[in-house]
Amino acid sequence: MIWQIDFWLLVILIVTALIALSLHDLLAAVAALAVYSFLVALLFGQMGAIDVAFVEATLGAGISGVLFIVALFFTRRRSED
Amino acid sequence: MIKQHYQSIIVQTICSLLIPFIQLFALYVIIHGHYGPGGGFQGGVLLAVSIILQRLYLGTGIAHQKFPPKLALALGAIGMLIFCLAGIVPMAFGGAFLDYGNLPLFWIHGAELRAAGILIVEIGIGLAVFGALVLIFDSLAGERW
Amino acid sequence: MRWFNALIMLLFVALMLYATVDLPDHADPQSPANTHVSPTYIENSVKDTHTPNIVTAVLADYRGYDTLGETMVIFTAGLACVLILMKRKER
Repeated sequence: MIWQIDFWLLVILIVTALIALSLHDLLAAVAALAVYSFLVALLFGQMGAIDVAFVEATLGAGISGVLFIVALFFTRRRSED
Repeated sequence: MIKQHYQSIIVQTICSLLIPFIQLFALYVIIHGHYGPGGGFQGGVLLAVSIILQRLYLGTGIAHQKFPPKLALALGAIGMLIFCLAGIVPMAFGGAFLDYGNLPLFWIHGAELRAAGILIVEIGIGLAVFGALVLIFDSLAGERW
Repeated sequence: MRWFNALIMLLFVALMLYATVDLPDHADPQSPANTHVSPTYIENSVKDTHTPNIVTAVLADYRGYDTLGETMVIFTAGLACVLILMKRKER
């Protein structure tokens, strides 16, 4: 466990979460959420939990982004608030 | 949602080249779950990704002929049935629920039999997750069947 | 209203930080989970199941009942999506 890698991964994680919350274009927010999931997968892998990292990388960064985009296809792309 | 082909020869060629490799890697992840990272969930998700990629670039008209949603439903139900049978069959042979040491595979014994039971269960999980994710995508995309 | 929400979030962060003080350190070999549960799995899983990946052995064999419930939840979610969202073809 190298604390520099851990620290910077956590910092970028929080920054991507804030970006995903503050964006008004929901498609870009989905992309930021995929980046967030991938960073979580990197954190899990760095802790040694390879199986959990694999699940997070496939489910969080892969499938959930596709499902969000399909849901966006039938609603509006801009958020109101 | 997507009615016809994606109108780009590059996307079509790359996707049709990519899909068999994704499926092969998914099977590797399921079968090799004993020795490396992976298992039923990850392999099932990768299989579902290959089918969803086909839906995205081929358009639902052709992709539903290649892989109909009812087949996804049947495969998911078969996977769930495999898992439940792997739990119930050992009870008929004198074990507890999900006790793979009592599966009726009489040519292997002991720890090997438990490894075989784990493999059967992983295949069941993979099929169930694959069916469920393809079904969620199809129903979200508003298809009729 | 905005400052009230921020105050509630700050209180929540303080509560979570207070709760994490009592947790053992990351990868502490003397923590209770690493002194009782983990050594049993590490010593016995290869002998019991011939599966070098301990995570797979725990997920599918020792805690198979959990995995059964988990798979059933995912498959039920797929079935619910089909029953609610899928439309019938007009004939």
